[in-house]
Amino acid sequence: MKSDVLVIGAGGAGLVAALKAHEAGAKVRVLCKEYPTRSQTSMAQGGINAALANVSEDSVEAHVQNTLKSAHGIANEEAVRLLCESAPEAVAWLDSIGVCFSRTKDAKIAQRTLGGASAPRACYAQDYTGLKILHTLYDRCLACGVEILNERYLLDFITNTSQTQEVFVSGASVLNIRTGEVEIYESASVIVATGGYSRIYEKHSTNATGSTGDGIAAAVRGGARLSDMEFIQFHPTALKGSSILISESARGAGGYLLNSKGERFTNELAPRDEVARAINDEMQKGEEVFLDIRHLGEEFIDEELPQERKLAKLYENIDPVYELIPVKPVAHYTMGGIEVGIDSQTKVRGLYAVGECANHRVHGANRLGGNSLLELIVFGKQAGENAAKYSKNFKPGTDLTLQTTDLLAEIQEFTDEINFYEKREFIGNLFYEKVGITREGKGLESALEEVITIHKELALMGPKDKSKIYNTNLVEFIEFKNTLELAEIILTCAIKRAESRGAHFRSDNRVQNDELYKVHSIAYKEDNAYGVKYED
Amino acid sequence: MKIKIQRYGTDFEIKEYEVDLQDATLLAVLNEIKTTQDASLTYASGCRSSVCGSCSVRVNGKEVLACGYKVKEGDLIEALRNVPLIRDLVVDMDKALSFNAKAKAWQSFVSKDVSLSQDDEKRNELQSDCILCGSCYSACPVYTVNEEFLGPFSLTRVWKYVSDARENAPQEKIETIQTNGVWDCTLCNECTLVCPQNISSKADIEKLRSKSVIAGYSDPNFASFGGGFGFDGSPIF
Repeated sequence: MKSDVLVIGAGGAGLVAALKAHEAGAKVRVLCKEYPTRSQTSMAQGGINAALANVSEDSVEAHVQNTLKSAHGIANEEAVRLLCESAPEAVAWLDSIGVCFSRTKDAKIAQRTLGGASAPRACYAQDYTGLKILHTLYDRCLACGVEILNERYLLDFITNTSQTQEVFVSGASVLNIRTGEVEIYESASVIVATGGYSRIYEKHSTNATGSTGDGIAAAVRGGARLSDMEFIQFHPTALKGSSILISESARGAGGYLLNSKGERFTNELAPRDEVARAINDEMQKGEEVFLDIRHLGEEFIDEELPQERKLAKLYENIDPVYELIPVKPVAHYTMGGIEVGIDSQTKVRGLYAVGECANHRVHGANRLGGNSLLELIVFGKQAGENAAKYSKNFKPGTDLTLQTTDLLAEIQEFTDEINFYEKREFIGNLFYEKVGITREGKGLESALEEVITIHKELALMGPKDKSKIYNTNLVEFIEFKNTLELAEIILTCAIKRAESRGAHFRSDNRVQNDELYKVHSIAYKEDNAYGVKYED
Repeated sequence: MKIKIQRYGTDFEIKEYEVDLQDATLLAVLNEIKTTQDASLTYASGCRSSVCGSCSVRVNGKEVLACGYKVKEGDLIEALRNVPLIRDLVVDMDKALSFNAKAKAWQSFVSKDVSLSQDDEKRNELQSDCILCGSCYSACPVYTVNEEFLGPFSLTRVWKYVSDARENAPQEKIETIQTNGVWDCTLCNECTLVCPQNISSKADIEKLRSKSVIAGYSDPNFASFGGGFGFDGSPIF
């Protein structure tokens, strides 16, 4: 059956969009690659920013200025203002539907300081903020009877062209992972909320295995544009051996960064790009880097950072109450994504994007901690409402074709002479080394050549497992194909941007060059090839 | 190191795999097998940090998160119980999760301007740590006699909302859990023993029973002669 609004992805952004479209009277259907509560949002720890001034003085203006400063000139001030002004209302809404935020002694929502913030602004629920927000949103969707179909994996968006030559969305084709069948979902509007692409870095990423940029790759194939894809945030403190995240709130609470000599070497609460580079510099000198939270004490750690203690024990065999935590920076959040207007709509009419997969131009060249959960709520609401409104006025005028390319049949022909898992690991290492915290023109060029070569060999790879039922080997291969498409775009953008700005640091061009590069890189597909250009 | 995995779907046998990893989580071992030895091995995973609840399986009969368990020589890995098996270690959680909706595990109304104290928040902090991994559901013996039991995680979720100062219609929730709910539990505590988040659904169910009694409900197993089941799951005659 046809829906008014089809939401693809059921993390925080997708669920908020679904709820708001449902409240606006639309018939909503949500498709999800796994199950909603397994989404990347569950991993967000630190908090959600709102200038509530519950703990000390703060203002919306300070939130705006901190965000703009960290964005290094390429955020859209109008969008940033909308984000920060809507923040108190967004947190109040989450509180009203049952999110268990930590509280202050005087019964207000507790707030803590994250990097780059001039005040304790992040509202949190211990270090389980994302988990508790996600689960409450899920419960709300059940209360409202929103239809959610699990284990449906996006293949492509279906588009048509109007008489006025405008491309508009008509639905999506997905793989039902359980049956192995391709399913077509027709819908007047579609909201993409499929998350970021940090898993290009494979094991050098804090992200869940599903963050492979599926929606972004499908959007650019379908005619949408991507922007600022070269901006990838490295989180300063992941566990050294496993890349598991240790929240910025550990430093916000007073944790130190130390080198092998036991010396502090940087301002721990600078924005993430600066701290990650400072750690990287130490590591280049042959130092090991540690996070020290011992002085915070066992009681504080168990109360405010229980997850961090558990993970450090499990993955590094150390107890942070008594020992130093070995850390390294790894890929954490992708600022780039599907280009959207301030109304969350892409270049394809009726196709909306929200969350990490979208680029609302609020993070610019470097996102502030606590602004991504906020983005999900503020723009999720807006995308849901706008998609509902669009679908009410939508009249296709012509008969829709619901044709899709038969990707699965094509992949069946692939020969499996090369194990794609080896290539996936290779690309992860290549990206960490050459497209990481610091980049350099020649290294980027050689990485692009490697990626193109591997891309050409794709038909020699393919899934080994040929069965239809729950074929994760096939799903992982399509994910790998998506990351390869995005890898080319990221590299082309990173090569072109011969300057340093925020998370994009070029060792061969160390200064920010506003004259040439205070612009957004735009990637698009034309005549079966990708192009990149700059726009204001 | 050798481990055994109960296959289902394309293979139906217990297969033995040998991997050369030290001090590794089960998930790391499964990933190693899939990417280098047997691409058909099927399991679910996500965050690798025990918050997404994707990778729950049974090791030597006990539910664990694969990402939070260090593998030992000779371990036998199986899928969760009480849920339909799809393939190898992957199960279909749809029905299990549907009990959240049946139990109305949500806040009844959007409640504005209710101020929560630290004590209010602490009251259900633990219950709101639930990651819906399904370990408790798999360990629960009630399902062998009642497939419609609302189950441990859904009832914990009901307690989470009932105990919340923002919930203004707790009585409706208490009414919902009288059938296939709190009185069907045998209080055997298996759910508590396997919860990776240290939640005790058994304790939450006991608290819901107290609330039920205060609200005027009683244990139907004792109310009617010759019906129901005892605490150990055996029928009472």
